[in-house]
Amino acid sequence: MQSHILSIILFTPLAGAFLLLFVPKENKDAIRWIANIFAAAGLLVSIPLVPWFWQQRFEPGFKFVEGAVNNWIPSIGAGYVLGIDGISFLLIMLTTLLGWVSILSSWEAIQNRVKEYYIWFLILQTGMLGVFMALDFFLFFVFWEAMLVPMYLLIGIWGGPRKLYAAIKFFLYTLLGSVLMLLAVLFLYFYNYRQTGTYTFSIEALYKTAPHIFHDPAYGATFAILLFLAFFIAFAIKVPMFPFHTWLPDAHVEAPTAGSVILAGVLLKMGTYGFVRFALPFFPDVAMHPKVRGWMIALSIIGIIYGALVSLMQKDMKKLVAYSSVSHLGFCTLGIFALTPLGLSGSVLQQINHGISTGALFLIVGILYERRHTREIAEYGGISNVMPVYATITMIMFLSSMGLPLLNGFVGEFTILQGTFVENWRWAAWAVPGVILAAAYLLWLYQRVFFGTVTNPKNERLHDLTPREVLTFAPLIIMALWIGIYPKPFFQILEQPVNQIVQTVRPGYPGAGGAVNASVPVSSAGTSAQLASENAKGNK
Amino acid sequence: MSASATPLAVEYVRILPELVLSIFGMAVMVLDPLIDERRNQRTLGNIALLGSLAAIIATLYQSQYPGPGFWNMVNVDAFSVFFHFLVTTVTAIVILTSYDYMEVQQIRAGEYYGLILFGAVGMCLMSSAVELVLIFIALEISSISTYILAGFRRRAAISSEASLKYFLLGSFATAFFLYGVALMFGATGSTSISVISQVLRSGQIPVLAYAGIALMFVGLGFKVAAAPFHIWTPDVYEGAPSPVVGFMSTAPKAAVFAVLLRIMFEANAPGRLWLIWVTAALSMTLGNIGALVQDNVKRLLAYSSIAHAGYLLVAFAALPSGGIPAAMFYTASYAAMNVGAFAVVSHFASAGERYVTLEDYSGLGRRSPLLAATLTIFLLSLIGIPITGGFFAKFYVFSAALQANLVGLVIIGVLNSAIGAYYYLRIIVMMYMREPREEAPVPAAPIGLRAALTLTVFATIYLGILPGGVLEYASRSAAELMRQ
Repeated sequence: MQSHILSIILFTPLAGAFLLLFVPKENKDAIRWIANIFAAAGLLVSIPLVPWFWQQRFEPGFKFVEGAVNNWIPSIGAGYVLGIDGISFLLIMLTTLLGWVSILSSWEAIQNRVKEYYIWFLILQTGMLGVFMALDFFLFFVFWEAMLVPMYLLIGIWGGPRKLYAAIKFFLYTLLGSVLMLLAVLFLYFYNYRQTGTYTFSIEALYKTAPHIFHDPAYGATFAILLFLAFFIAFAIKVPMFPFHTWLPDAHVEAPTAGSVILAGVLLKMGTYGFVRFALPFFPDVAMHPKVRGWMIALSIIGIIYGALVSLMQKDMKKLVAYSSVSHLGFCTLGIFALTPLGLSGSVLQQINHGISTGALFLIVGILYERRHTREIAEYGGISNVMPVYATITMIMFLSSMGLPLLNGFVGEFTILQGTFVENWRWAAWAVPGVILAAAYLLWLYQRVFFGTVTNPKNERLHDLTPREVLTFAPLIIMALWIGIYPKPFFQILEQPVNQIVQTVRPGYPGAGGAVNASVPVSSAGTSAQLASENAKGNK
Repeated sequence: MSASATPLAVEYVRILPELVLSIFGMAVMVLDPLIDERRNQRTLGNIALLGSLAAIIATLYQSQYPGPGFWNMVNVDAFSVFFHFLVTTVTAIVILTSYDYMEVQQIRAGEYYGLILFGAVGMCLMSSAVELVLIFIALEISSISTYILAGFRRRAAISSEASLKYFLLGSFATAFFLYGVALMFGATGSTSISVISQVLRSGQIPVLAYAGIALMFVGLGFKVAAAPFHIWTPDVYEGAPSPVVGFMSTAPKAAVFAVLLRIMFEANAPGRLWLIWVTAALSMTLGNIGALVQDNVKRLLAYSSIAHAGYLLVAFAALPSGGIPAAMFYTASYAAMNVGAFAVVSHFASAGERYVTLEDYSGLGRRSPLLAATLTIFLLSLIGIPITGGFFAKFYVFSAALQANLVGLVIIGVLNSAIGAYYYLRIIVMMYMREPREEAPVPAAPIGLRAALTLTVFATIYLGILPGGVLEYASRSAAELMRQ
């Protein structure tokens, strides 16, 4: 069971999609039930992973590895190899959770072509899980590209008025990025062959040879930087980092609610995951190259401030949330390129947080949209009078998104800023206004929509949340509170992989002792203690 | 060299598929006037289908008897068997898709099926011929059949125009090829590929040989619709009957690519690199850019086939060890997806090929979900999205070229495949994201078309998930080819 758990998690949604093929399309309720059952099953089968993973959280290397190197297409050296570490573990749990939440939330929102909708959604779910599990670059790329199609159709068929434009833009941007990445990987693949004499796309094999390109006189630093750039463009488009973000507002605004939740919650994380899993370990010297790193940090900070400022100006709620994603993801990339254990683990945690909070924000916007079919902020006002439960839940999620202590956003952003501060206090200083602006645009939005008296007569009869809708928010609120109040388990899960990455990128960095440090319980005794000790080490 | 004046029995086995196809082709022609008008369409189709199936079996049988035949003019090896199998399978699928098309368009079937089978004879012969004059004859057999087939909707002026255009430009191109053969003979003293190869490998390469290769390349480049010899393609594809376009965009192309592979690699053609580099880059770019602005689906697919010829040529610029298998895999998966796509187009076009513009495809996803879904699979494969054959095909081609350090060409290629996604997506957008213009449901797919689509979808997905087997076969036959 343990040895095949990843495959089971991966293919449960796909099995649901397959089953749905045989249900007549008129039978909409049966389709909804089956899709929901499989989405819930997808979450349930991933839950045993939690205790199993917890037991081996400090052990080095990938866990639950299945499949063998090069077993899929031996002639080119591609294998069906799955495996996870702490980073992918958290992202997988986020994916199964959000997958279930968004399928549940689609029950009434989708009335048109129900069967196709759920089939594509379940296929998308498998694609995303595959991206986080694959330990073979070829397999990774197959999932990475294959998941474009369902997302494209979800936006293009069930989206808003400008859906065609948004869908094609999304598709072409991502495709352009990924073909360049494929090119770069082929280089690594042939380089690996020249070094070792075997053709393989195994990530662990490429980890060993790819970093040498930088020092190889035959290629040199400039060449390694070009390869890094190919990866960077693919991932930066996905994240999206400034200035590659222009597809995001279009896609988000036009996508159906559940599509936006998955897009913001999981798809964007594929970009940051790509940086952590591929770009850094493949090109450690490039990542540490002062110019490259300077650019990465600068783009992150611009993203944080720019995204927040643009959010402030939005008249459409969904667009506001979409631009806030640019800002929040800027924090994630800032944490990654700070290249400290704190920055990285904060970044991964913030990715989870963003999935929870922003996923919830899109659901919140979706609920008003379902009732009124408009997202104009000016159409609303005084909603807390007619929908008190809704207003309370919204408040919690807004506070979580803006980073109020005791909620998840605070832990993530604070850790990122700490980790960045250790490297260079100026970087942290530039990013801080992002936190303040986040509070500004969210609270201002809240004020305009919820406070005061009901100004628009159309809003007088809005009904409050149904039990199903409350159920969709419940797990998100629980997670937000858990991470906010007791984040220690999350940091423990992240400790080993994060330390290992920092160890690869900057060998000998204090606090990144890798496995040695990981087994010492003191180093994981609560965040604040850890933060303080890291801080002290960093300042020496 | 077999010195005997009469060929041995086994040598007839080495042209068995061609013999089988010719016999069935003649049977179709002879029986045509004898069979009652009303029943004649289906019966002749059945005979032709039987012929192509028999040819597939003959190919499999033939693969047991590799070796040269007929005074070293043909050679059966894993390479030729691969292309025989491809051509005969495509022929069978095209015949399956033609049954109802013929009825809907009210075209008399007799010569049609006969010509398809004769065309297939030429194409099969091209892939096993190892002598330039025989290659030329085979090329002519195949070309003349397709010239006539292109004009088969004879009531439509556009079809006659296509036929005439194709014929005039095509004969011009064959003349180039023949001239190249003559120069090659002058330079090396032989028309046998193996002798030419020996001469070219030993010492000084005569200037005449360069000219010969270039002229032959022009002729063959025309046949595969590679830029800058592609001008005829959109017009001909637009006018010719859709199943014929499905046929002529895959089977003859595959055969010509087989010839090109033999000439370029086996004969170790000098100066091929820059020749192919330029052609490949031009074809990819002009094909994709041309397709962006098309509103007629057949024209769009015509430009797409130009672009795909470009991707395929990228493999020709690579080293033989990687390039030959990559090119072979590409032809196979391209044949599957393109024949499939044209099968859907020809069914949907309905009487007089009325519905062929992008607008007509609006709402097809609702009017005929299954047909739209199959077309989507083919289009995704043409884009090169994973789990379809198109993805692996592109992947192998680009990785082979990268191995040969053709970085510039590969970058042009991958950027092109990103541009290409746009126009294929336009069709998908039309089918799924626009409201249908007419609510009338599309007639259900007849049994022949169903079988053809099932086969092509299966092949496309199979090549996308388990490409290992085909690729290994291709690598083996490439190794065999290079050893000769």
